[in-house]
Amino acid sequence: MQTVPLLTVICALMLYAGAAVFLLGLGHKIVWYARTPAPLKIPTMPAPTNGIGVALRMAREAALFESLFKSNKWAWLFSALFHLGLLLEVLRHLRYFVQPLWGWVVLIQPAGLYGGFAMVVGLLGLLARRLLVARVYYVTQPSDYLMILLLLGIAASGLSVTYLDHADIVSFKEFILGVLYFDWQPLPANPLLVIHLVLASVLMAVFPFSKLLHAPAVFFSPTRNQVDNARERRHLAPWAARLEAGLNK
Amino acid sequence: MAKPDFNVPRLAEYLEPPQLAPDAMAGSKPFKASRQHQAALGFPGELVENWEEVAIAKLGELLGKYRSLRVYLDGCVKCGACTDKCHYFLGTGDPKNMPVARQDLLRSVYRRYFTPAGKLFPKLVGARDLDNSVLDEWYSYFHQCSQCRRCSLFCPFGIDTAEISAAAREILDAIGVGQKYCNEILGKVHAIGNNLGLPGAALQDTLAGLEEDVKADTGVDVRFPLNVEGAEVLLIPPSADFFAEPHVDGLIGYAKVLHQAGITWTLSSYASEAANFAMFIGNYEQMRKVALRIRKAALDLKVKRIVIGECGHAWRVAYSFLNTLAGPFDFLDRNYPVPQHIVEITHDLITRGAIRLDREANDHIKVTFHDSCNVARASRMGDRPGGQFVLPREVINASCNHFHDMDPDTIGERTFCCGGGGGLLTDDLLELRVKGALPRMQALRQVQQEHGVTHIAAICAICKSQFTKVLPFYGFPMDAVVSVHQLVSNAIQLGAKA
Repeated sequence: MQTVPLLTVICALMLYAGAAVFLLGLGHKIVWYARTPAPLKIPTMPAPTNGIGVALRMAREAALFESLFKSNKWAWLFSALFHLGLLLEVLRHLRYFVQPLWGWVVLIQPAGLYGGFAMVVGLLGLLARRLLVARVYYVTQPSDYLMILLLLGIAASGLSVTYLDHADIVSFKEFILGVLYFDWQPLPANPLLVIHLVLASVLMAVFPFSKLLHAPAVFFSPTRNQVDNARERRHLAPWAARLEAGLNK
Repeated sequence: MAKPDFNVPRLAEYLEPPQLAPDAMAGSKPFKASRQHQAALGFPGELVENWEEVAIAKLGELLGKYRSLRVYLDGCVKCGACTDKCHYFLGTGDPKNMPVARQDLLRSVYRRYFTPAGKLFPKLVGARDLDNSVLDEWYSYFHQCSQCRRCSLFCPFGIDTAEISAAAREILDAIGVGQKYCNEILGKVHAIGNNLGLPGAALQDTLAGLEEDVKADTGVDVRFPLNVEGAEVLLIPPSADFFAEPHVDGLIGYAKVLHQAGITWTLSSYASEAANFAMFIGNYEQMRKVALRIRKAALDLKVKRIVIGECGHAWRVAYSFLNTLAGPFDFLDRNYPVPQHIVEITHDLITRGAIRLDREANDHIKVTFHDSCNVARASRMGDRPGGQFVLPREVINASCNHFHDMDPDTIGERTFCCGGGGGLLTDDLLELRVKGALPRMQALRQVQQEHGVTHIAAICAICKSQFTKVLPFYGFPMDAVVSVHQLVSNAIQLGAKA
C-alpha cells in the first residue's frame, strides 16, 4: 500500500477541522438566530406589504447591497468588487470538487480568473478606507485589520499559484476529491498552495466566531425581513403570548 | 432666551461630517430617576450591589427574547456606512455618537461575556469587562440616541441602533439606574392617564375653554367631547395637544375636521395620552401596560374606531405595536384599519370632497414639512408603502398655496430627527438637543433662503416642543413651527356643506 505523505495528512486533517468548525459553528448560530423570536414589528419603513416584496428587498440587499449603495458609494464599490470577486472564485473553485465537471463551471473559468484581482482591489480599497477615513479608523478593531489581511493572503496565494508558481492542478484536484471521498491522494508539494489551504482553513474556522456572521445575519435582520402588515395581522412572540396569558415570563 | 453655556453650532452652507471631537459629549447625562420614580415602575431604586452580575444576566435574558439584539450585536462589520448618518454625531463631532461606536459600547461587553472570541482574545476584538467607566458611558451615550433609526436605513444589514439603545436602557433600569424624564412620565401615565399629569377635571375645563375659543373665532359650535359612550371614534392625541402651542391648534384642527365630516367622536380621560414612553426605555411589559389603556378606553366607551393624533413615536407604537401589545381589536369596526392616523382621516375626507379647504387662509405663510423619524421610518399611513410621506404633504398642499420641501437628503425616509426624540426632550439635555438639531436647522435655513419659507409644519408633539425650544438658538423665531392640522384648521370651511 502506498504511504500518504505527512504534508498531505496534515492538510487533509486541517481541511476537515476547518470545514467541521465552519459547518457546526455556523449551523449553531443560524439555529440560534432562527429560534430567537422577534417580538415586535420593526421593519425599516417604507417596507414591502407582502412576502414577495420582502423576498425582493432581501435579494436586493444580499445581491446588490442596496442600503450600502444608499449610504456610501466608495464603500459600496470596494465591497461589491470584493464580494463579486469572491463569488466568482468560489464558483470557479468548484472545478476541484466536481467530477465530471458541470458545463457552466467550465464556462465561467475565464471570468473567474478576474475574480482574484477584483478581490485584491476591493480589499485594498476597504483597507485604505479603514486607514484614511478618520471615522472608520476610529471604529476599527485589530480583528478588522486581521480579517482583511487573511482575505488578502488567500487571494494573493491563490493568484500566485495561478500566475507565478503554477501548481499541478490535476494532482491538486485528485487531492481535493480524495479529501472529499476519504481516499487521500498526495498534495502537490507547492508551498504557496499549502499556504492557500492553511489560510482557507483558518477562514472557515473563524467564520462562526467573527464578523463574518454578517452573511447569515443579513437574512435574519428584522428591519429587513419583516412584512409591513402590523395593522392587518397580529404578530405575537411565544414569550409575549405567555406574558399575556399571565404565565411566566 | 438665556445665553447658553455651550457653543451653538454654526449653520454652514452644506452639511459636512465634522472633525472627530473625542469625548466632547462625555459629560452629557440626564438626571437620574429617583427612588420613587423607579419604584412606580417596579425597578430598583438605586444601583444594586451586584450590578455587574444583574446587568449581564439581563443582557442574556434580552438576547434570548429579541432576535434583533442578537443578530445586530453579531452582524456588524464596522464598514462605516452609518458613521456620518446620526444627527447627534453631525452636531457634536463626538465619535461615540457614531451609530456603530454607540453600539460598540454594548457590543464590547456582549463579546466579553457571551462570545468565545471576546472571552479568549478581548483586545483583538474590542471586548471589555463591565465596570464603572463602562456604566458611565452607557448612561451618557445611550441617552444621546433618539432611536430615530436613520442609521438602520443606511446599514447594509439593517442594524438598528434604536434596538441596542433600548436594550441598554432596559439593562440600566434593571440595575437601578433609570432616567428621570422617561420614568417619571411613565409613572404619571399609570397614575393619572397622561404624560403631563393633567387630571380629568382639568381636562374637562380645558376642553370647555377650547369650545369657547372656537365659537368666538368661527361662530360655530365645534364640540370637544370627553368620555362620550357610543361615539364612533375614540381620538387619542398626545397630551401636549391639550394646551401647548402650536400643538393645541392641531387639536382644534382635528375637532373641526371631525365636526365638519359629521363623525361622532370622543376623547377619554382614562387614556388621554397617545405617547408611550415605555418604548424609549425598551420595556415590553411597561409598553404593554400603557397600550392596554387604549384598549380599555375603547371597550368602555364602546367606540367603533381608534384614531391617533399628531405624535411620532405614539404613531409608531400604535401602527406597529398596538395590535401586538393590546390586540386583537375584533370588537371594533373592521372596515377601518386599527388604529388610524388623524391625517389618514383628513386626507380621505379631502379626497372625497367631504370637507372643503380654502388655501388662501394660509397665504400669510410659506411652509415646509418635517417628516418625523418615527412616522417616516417606523410606520406607515394609507395603504401603500411611503404613504407616510405622501398623505401629510397632500393634506398640507390642500391647505396652503406655498409649500416647499427641504433638501431630499433630509426628508422622507432620510429625514433627520428633530433632536429631541427617544426620551431626550428634557432641559437637562439641552446642549445635546440644540446640537442634535443642527442637520434639520441647516436644511430649514436653506429653504428659508431659497424659497422664503417662514414656517415648518410638524406632525409630532416631541418635534413641535423641540423646535419651539431650539429654533431661537439658530436665529429662527420660536413660533415658526406649526401643526399640520393647524394649517387644516385655518383653511377648513365650517358650516353648511356646499
